[in-house]
Amino acid sequence: MRLFLPIVAGLGFLFLYVPIASLVIFSFNESKLVTVWGGFSTKWYGELFRDPQIIDAFQISLTIAAISATLAVALGTLAALVLVRFGPFWGRPVLSGMTTAPLVMPEVITGLSLLLLFVSMERLVGWPAGRGMLTIIIAHTVFCMAYVAVVVQSRLVDMDDSLEEAAMDLGARRVRVFFDITLPVIAPALISGWLLAFTLSLDDLVVASFVSGPGSSTLPMVIFSKVRLGVSPDVNALASLIILVVALGIGLAALAMRKRR
Amino acid sequence: MAAPDTYPRPWRDQTDPPFIRIKSITKRFGDFAAVDDVSLDIWQGELFCLLGGSGCGKSTLLRMLAGFETPTAGVVEIDGQDMSRVPPFARPTNMMFQSYALFPHMSVEKNIAYGLQRDGLGRAEVAGRVAEMLKLVQLDGLAKRKPHQLSGGQRQRVALARSLVKKPKLLLLDEPLGALDKKLREETQFELMTIQDQLGVTFIVVTHDQEEAMTLSTRIGVMDAGRIVQVGEPRDIYERPGSRFVADFIGSVNLFEGEVEAAAPDFMRIRTAEGGILVPPEAGFGSREKVAVAVRPEKIRLSREAVGADNALTAVVEDYAYMGDCTVYKLKLPSGRVVSVTETNGFGAEPFTWDEEVHLGWPAAAGVLVRG
Ligand SMILES: Nc1ncnc2c1ncn2[C@@H]1O[C@H](COP(=O)(O)OP(=O)(O)OP(=O)(O)O)[C@@H](O)[C@H]1O
Ligand SMILES: [Mg+2]
Repeated sequence: MRLFLPIVAGLGFLFLYVPIASLVIFSFNESKLVTVWGGFSTKWYGELFRDPQIIDAFQISLTIAAISATLAVALGTLAALVLVRFGPFWGRPVLSGMTTAPLVMPEVITGLSLLLLFVSMERLVGWPAGRGMLTIIIAHTVFCMAYVAVVVQSRLVDMDDSLEEAAMDLGARRVRVFFDITLPVIAPALISGWLLAFTLSLDDLVVASFVSGPGSSTLPMVIFSKVRLGVSPDVNALASLIILVVALGIGLAALAMRKRR
Repeated sequence: MAAPDTYPRPWRDQTDPPFIRIKSITKRFGDFAAVDDVSLDIWQGELFCLLGGSGCGKSTLLRMLAGFETPTAGVVEIDGQDMSRVPPFARPTNMMFQSYALFPHMSVEKNIAYGLQRDGLGRAEVAGRVAEMLKLVQLDGLAKRKPHQLSGGQRQRVALARSLVKKPKLLLLDEPLGALDKKLREETQFELMTIQDQLGVTFIVVTHDQEEAMTLSTRIGVMDAGRIVQVGEPRDIYERPGSRFVADFIGSVNLFEGEVEAAAPDFMRIRTAEGGILVPPEAGFGSREKVAVAVRPEKIRLSREAVGADNALTAVVEDYAYMGDCTVYKLKLPSGRVVSVTETNGFGAEPFTWDEEVHLGWPAAAGVLVRG
């Protein structure tokens, strides 16, 4: 009985991390065959950095993720503020529904509807001209914003209203109150919202495939197309690098959160 | 404390204009009136306590003074100025919140300085005033701490310092001592009175602790269901409650229900189940009117022999509680009513015990006639 918890926890960890561990280990495989161990080597990492297609895609993905996460935080925070602070108003249920819709909508539908929107907008107003990074950024902002809104909303609800009243009582006007009090208090939610949006954007394959254009293949799209031709060890190396980046990001976020407490 | 005759009591003669004028103020949430047609005058330098049960509208009244709620009807004037269109940040008031509302991301020092910085004061002056305030609330060593690194009592002092530092004309305190233990509470009550003496600020303090109201205030306003039912000095409220609710709410009291039987120039007789009870004459009560006589437990004398008193009854000791300085007796009257009587534990007197028959008596002047 006493061993029950450690065993269950151990199984859970195995289940979660064995695939990742095997991926990392095989990324150091000398052999070209993915499943046969041929000795230790870092040559696939070197190969990776010599592949211009991957370097490009990596840059594109990072740029898109950074921009759309930032936009999503700005818009999602505004939406959350309106929903939490402004009480019942005309159109509130609609706004509330619209902000959470992308959470439950299948990605295929989000992608398809955005594609249709972009195509018809191009025909009607001539913008956005063609599909590429811009359309991916817009699409990612749309669905990431929903996640940010949810995260920020719960933080705002938890926040003691009298903090803002106290600031106002001490002579601060509304805008000041927002920047001096509200923003710092909800900052942890903004940081985790940004990181969430960043990883969601980095990870997205489906929506991006719908709305991307020539020369704007994101990393997941490149990996996917490579894997369809057979798994090669350099994809393992790439995946290991992504894991490293994500782990670093999460570590930093945790550190930032702890400092705030 | 100053001698009673020199202590300023501007509300008695009402020649000075009041500092705060609340004129028939009402606040409705939907159909429900949280504050219902309240009028109140408060003078400069007062420490006015709002006392009342939970949900009676104390906080709502305070929040209307601070500007966080807009009155449905009525006007608030502070220092002769109509506050209707003045937003919270421009009012000459500061509020100490029940939850303290300390800014969690700012140090003690920055919390206190925040209000001064909003007034655009210079760096040196801000630092000076903050240091002064920290000294006053005895937090000198803790200036750099964040609120979560403080104890409850220390947080409360920071909140107090933050609301005092701007030297507002009016300070609103919403249950300022609610979260403190008894000892810290008494210390802080004393500190509050000292601060008030030093700064001459006008205080309005919300509390539902009547003992606190008694010790702190120049006057007390008792609220019930959104209305102010009585305003007066602590002694008046206690000795001369204006209604059955006030008598019952403040301290403990024995209520004898009955009706007015006879009114003479120097006394009135009330017919109750316990017989006729004499009270001082009170205007405005007609014959046969349903009334109650309120008698405080400490004003009734107990003895083993019958004594001559305006009101004399016999009873049996049902129970008693020894409290150290005094003993509280529960006495059963022949009518079945239970009366409580407090006896000071003096020297040598033999205490009464269970089932003992006792005589109780009190002078007519000890009773107060209330409606209901
Ligand atoms: N924003 C609001 N909307 C609806 N009703 C409210 C609102 N604020 C207060 N009330 C109601 O108004 C009444 C008075 O509330 P208030 O906070 O003034 O009570 P209180 O006297 O301060 O009580 P307590 O001693 O418990 O703090 C309560 O019945 C409360 O439910
Ligand atoms: Mg309250």
